[in-house]
Amino acid sequence: MRSTVIVFPGSNCDRDIAVALKKLQFKNEMVWHKDSELPKSDLIVIPGGFSYGDYLRSGAIAAKSTILKEVIKSAERGCLILGVCNGFQILIETGLLKGALLRNKNLKFINDDVYLKVNNKNRFCKKYSNNQIIKLNIAHNEGNYFTSSDHVKNMQDQELIAFQYSNNKGDVNEDYNPNGSMANIAGILNEKKNILGMMPHPERMTDKLIVNEDGLGLFSSILN
Amino acid sequence: MKISDNIIEKHGLKKDEFQKISKLLNREPNLLELGVFSAMWNEHCSYKSSKLHLKKLPTKNEYVIQGPGENAGVIDIGDNDAIVFKIESHNHPSFIEPYQGAATGVGGILRDVFTMGARPIALLNSLHFGDITNKKTKSLLNGVVSGIGGYGNCIGIPTVGGETKFHKSYNENILVNAMAVGHADKRKIFYSKARGVNKSVVYVGSKTGRDGIHGASMASAEFDEKSEEKKPTVQVGDPFTEKLLLEACLELMKDDSIISIQDMGAAGLTSSSVEMAFKGGLGMELDLEKVPCREKNMTPYEMMLSESQERMLIILNDGKEANAKKIFDKWDLDFVVIGKTTNTNKLTLKYNDKVEADIPIEALSSKAPIYDRKWKKTKKQNKKRDLIKTINLSFRDAIFKILKSPNQSNKSWVTKQYDQLVMNDTLLRSGSDSAIVRIHNKEKAIALTVDSSANYCNSYPLTGGKQIVCESWRNLISVGAKPISITNCLNFGNPENPEIMGQLVETIDGMREACEYLNFPVVSGNVSLYNGTNKKNIFPTPVIGGVGLIENLNKISDHKFKKTGSKILVIGKTFGHLDQTVFSNEILSLKNGPPPEINLINEKNNGEIIYDFIKKNLVNAVHDVSSGGIILALLEMSMHSGIGAKIAKPKHSLNQFEYFFGEDQGRYIIEIDEQNLNKVEELLEKSSIHYDKIGHTQIDEFQIEKDFREKIIDLNKLNNKWYNNY
Amino acid sequence: MKVAVTITLKKDVLDPQGKVVLHTLQNMGMKTLSNIRQGKYFEIEIEETNQEIVKKDVDSMCKKLLANLIIEDYKIDII
Repeated sequence: MRSTVIVFPGSNCDRDIAVALKKLQFKNEMVWHKDSELPKSDLIVIPGGFSYGDYLRSGAIAAKSTILKEVIKSAERGCLILGVCNGFQILIETGLLKGALLRNKNLKFINDDVYLKVNNKNRFCKKYSNNQIIKLNIAHNEGNYFTSSDHVKNMQDQELIAFQYSNNKGDVNEDYNPNGSMANIAGILNEKKNILGMMPHPERMTDKLIVNEDGLGLFSSILN
Repeated sequence: MKISDNIIEKHGLKKDEFQKISKLLNREPNLLELGVFSAMWNEHCSYKSSKLHLKKLPTKNEYVIQGPGENAGVIDIGDNDAIVFKIESHNHPSFIEPYQGAATGVGGILRDVFTMGARPIALLNSLHFGDITNKKTKSLLNGVVSGIGGYGNCIGIPTVGGETKFHKSYNENILVNAMAVGHADKRKIFYSKARGVNKSVVYVGSKTGRDGIHGASMASAEFDEKSEEKKPTVQVGDPFTEKLLLEACLELMKDDSIISIQDMGAAGLTSSSVEMAFKGGLGMELDLEKVPCREKNMTPYEMMLSESQERMLIILNDGKEANAKKIFDKWDLDFVVIGKTTNTNKLTLKYNDKVEADIPIEALSSKAPIYDRKWKKTKKQNKKRDLIKTINLSFRDAIFKILKSPNQSNKSWVTKQYDQLVMNDTLLRSGSDSAIVRIHNKEKAIALTVDSSANYCNSYPLTGGKQIVCESWRNLISVGAKPISITNCLNFGNPENPEIMGQLVETIDGMREACEYLNFPVVSGNVSLYNGTNKKNIFPTPVIGGVGLIENLNKISDHKFKKTGSKILVIGKTFGHLDQTVFSNEILSLKNGPPPEINLINEKNNGEIIYDFIKKNLVNAVHDVSSGGIILALLEMSMHSGIGAKIAKPKHSLNQFEYFFGEDQGRYIIEIDEQNLNKVEELLEKSSIHYDKIGHTQIDEFQIEKDFREKIIDLNKLNNKWYNNY
Repeated sequence: MKVAVTITLKKDVLDPQGKVVLHTLQNMGMKTLSNIRQGKYFEIEIEETNQEIVKKDVDSMCKKLLANLIIEDYKIDII
């Protein structure tokens, strides 16, 4: 399977994602933001980091880059798109995913390992069991997902909420909500379910020496 | 223009120093030249008070590729891998503007590391704030922590370790020390020494603004009607630009374009150009009108003294300019040839073809003043007798009080604000004895730790200096690393005061002794003097950054208990030393008394056997015993793992408080499987190392004899309380 | 009375945010642009009609909290 990782000035999880993709035998290419053409690929990843320093709004400037126009076209054709952390913020800024990512409720950057409850009814998560609890790492300033309550309801009905923050038993409530996200949302899909945006970093949990391999399920789901 | 006494003073120069300058030039300097001299002759660049004593520190062992004197130290960790590292202070700027001060501190130390051709792979820091009741402390803490995070997180380098301490001696002068560690190919290390005449001197990075042109520019403003515009401004960090600069420099370093490269840190263009020329035995000529400026009408004086961030000076090989420029264009960074190397041995500064300054390079560097300042020995204080008779708290309450105290509280409030995992090689994070960072794509790692113990140094610097080197060594051993070398940041008060100078001299003496004995040399560092105000100096605070090597990723250890039913041993002898401990400070409110003694022989023997145990997979967990004594070490092992322990003091003469709270040095706690006990005891006895069997691990309860029995979950709550409520 | 407070970085202080926005807009084709500085804007409502008192109060709010005087300037406008 072919994958492409988009690199913006200020991306900093691009290498980490590439390492994870390589581990699963993806044929991966890195593409610089100024490029106007995308190589043929089945998966496009927008990695984490601080594209353009996140200086205006997180993801806002990257969303205006040349390459993003191509990403949007690919998305419309049904190519799989994964945005992690800053990548999620960029997908929101382009309008490919709905809602907004506000500053964390404690107004601080948060780096922590968190438990997530998985909805496996989508292309990105099918290797997990439904409602499986996994542990991934978050590292962000603006991951507080906000949208209208109708939209949340809509996403619940269509099973578009891929990940929710929880405890290790799968309880989803305010006590286990690190950043204040509505409905503990950590990752969402578009209606066609070919675009996934998520704040937690699956690429960081692909190595037992670091914490665990809970992130591998996501990449191996995409693979077949 | 005549240089008045007032201008000399505002440049931080003494009258006799000014006379020396005039003598070296055979004339009086002009204002620009005076500015250049003041930048090069200040304490920060010239090390004029500390140089004589720093020389005593060992700087070599079989691993050292580059010791002090370069942008950072370099060690060889085999397979052509080199580790480049340094620690530096950014104390004063952080007190004035905590967010930007701390952020630019991180940015500066990162440049020191990637200037040498290394990709930064880890950041650490040591923070000392004033007393928590001081009204500035809270906002300084908030600002510094978010500044460090803001810079490191954005540029994408994990902050993997550090320390945060509070003491009233830092009320008016906080300490912000940042350490950066990078990885390089040993065959591709870049140095600052210029080579060859008529080579292009290139300015790259951000534009130059009027940042950080300290009091010096105020003096110049007296001669200008637009003085309001010339007020010094605080440097603002731009981590995004630094990330671009990092990638651009590393890209350019892939081939042989660069002859030498130097970051523009303190005293920016001045120190970088002088440093490069001096090391190469050359001169340098700069055309200042070519310097990329952020503001209109900047003067040569401002350009030379600006401390704008994210800039580098590079000397290129012939014919490499076009290709190099292409790289910097790609990253949207300025790239301008601003001068050339010469054989004049002078720094010649021109502005629109007019020579504005012409100074022999030697006058700025090797002929800068060196002082043998007067110093006084610190008298060793007597041990307090019958300390334990003054205790008016129960054992249980004493433990509670310490767990709740700011200095011993869980620091995850701080460390969660730093991205610790980015780059995906952090195997052990903050809160451990040392952090462990894997070398990317390799089966080996380095261990990193930052330590200080200012109260020991304040009481008796000779022992304090020794102790802090040993503590660094011990922290590396505890995770299974072979200690290789250190970087140090010496934060002291006013060296013109003989007592303070004495603290510096004796701390260095102590460090030297320990470094020599442990074969643990100093490869880089920084001295920060004049920390204090109104004759109130900070506690002498040497901060040590230690680096160790792990050659097998399966032979590492951490301090978390792993399972129930295993045995707990204390390695090393406990004498019950309570003076200068957390206990005497927090519980007895005592300030006097000597620090615990260091026995280097025991230190080394005990450490080596622990290292051996880890390599033989005989231990489940290891924790060094440091501030807070055995009790705090055990509690951390429990609290961070959720596994309890049942402990009993060995039957000997020491009182319970002395045994559990004493801070005798060179000790470790280990958790071992019952089946390994015989083997471990045998090895310990063979090496004549003292040990105590003090109990075993159990589920979720921490218990000491009949006097203490608590759920781990409650202890964690207590230990986490302070930061979250501050 | 309603007051507008605009806080901007001092003239000589580096503005990384402004710099990136400037470059982006230039790359998007807005060639007439020569500089951008960014800042913060507050609208403050005060239960007081005396302009002098309002200005004095808002001034002290700026000094004590809203602006970081080390790096920022502020401007007060009654609206």
